[in-house]
Amino acid sequence: MTAPLYEFGLITENASLAIAIGLGIAFGFFLERGGLGNANKLAAQFYLTDLAVLKVMFSAIVTAMLGLFWFSKLGLLDLDRVYVLPTFFAPHLVGGLVFGVGFVMGGLCPGTSCVSASTGRIDGLVLLAGMMFGIFVFNEAFPLVASFYNSTPMGQVTIPEVLGLSHGGVVLLIVVGAIGSFLLAGRLEARAKQGGA
Amino acid sequence: MNPYLSGVGIGVVLLLAFLIMGRGLGASGAFSTIVATGVSAVAPGHASANLPYAGYLGDGTTSPLKDWLVFEIIGVALGGFLSALLAGRFRTAIDRGPNTTDRARMVYAFGGGAIMGIGAKLARGCTSGQALTGGALLSVGSWLFIIGAFAAGYLAAPLFKRQWT
Repeated sequence: MTAPLYEFGLITENASLAIAIGLGIAFGFFLERGGLGNANKLAAQFYLTDLAVLKVMFSAIVTAMLGLFWFSKLGLLDLDRVYVLPTFFAPHLVGGLVFGVGFVMGGLCPGTSCVSASTGRIDGLVLLAGMMFGIFVFNEAFPLVASFYNSTPMGQVTIPEVLGLSHGGVVLLIVVGAIGSFLLAGRLEARAKQGGA
Repeated sequence: MNPYLSGVGIGVVLLLAFLIMGRGLGASGAFSTIVATGVSAVAPGHASANLPYAGYLGDGTTSPLKDWLVFEIIGVALGGFLSALLAGRFRTAIDRGPNTTDRARMVYAFGGGAIMGIGAKLARGCTSGQALTGGALLSVGSWLFIIGAFAAGYLAAPLFKRQWT
């Protein structure tokens, strides 16, 4: 048996929606347990007093990345059947820059604001309303930004392909980078605590 | 919960999504569908004629809300709710910095949300669909998004310092 199961027709459409709810529940559960339903905790990432965002995000990326690598290596997963979003160099970078400003201003991201709202926080609910307004504005203004939105296309390209490295080599580099960032995060938090005491 | 444990938990959920569905997790995409559905209800001709909406409305045979990401995001809200309920953390409140007002917090939350909505549209995804999902898949665009988002977050942080500290 090879994964992804859905891609090989082993899962019906309705079952896939039940799976969506199940995976979503687990995702929301771990976000809440990691404290990421709280805007103060997320904003603290940018003032270097609490780096939970970095810790949660990079340990999640590393876990899934290692899983993908080993399942594919052992022949249990056909990585070509996993959907990779196409890259558009300039829109991805600029979109990230715009997003980052909104992130530190609002203190939550789209996924964590759902957790914030569903755990009773009004600011999370208001942020969701703002996000839908932003999406609406973007869509209405789409003719003005369409050429930029579709500029610098690179296709469904990955870092190993661009750098000419092996999949395993890039995985190793990111694991090393993540461990380095975790050590740095611990130091920064210790320094912030000392400064605050 | 230890943030690393929470991160590994999310990583396992993301890996399961790849293994079962051949796709990752997302958040802003679900709201694109909800916005498109809303606009389509008010102005169907306008929605079906405009590309950014039409792409989220499906072929018209079923409701556009019968969508994988919409169901997933309902799950996210439910999962957060259950976790908070079990831990006694469910509370109607406004999370804000110690030196700001509720009113200012509402304005910043709405404004930040709107800016993120625009950024997520430009980047074709947010912290879930790009950073987590594309990050694990080593997508070039996703890592550009991660670098851009964190760089801008730190650069803009002084502007919002009074709100949070």
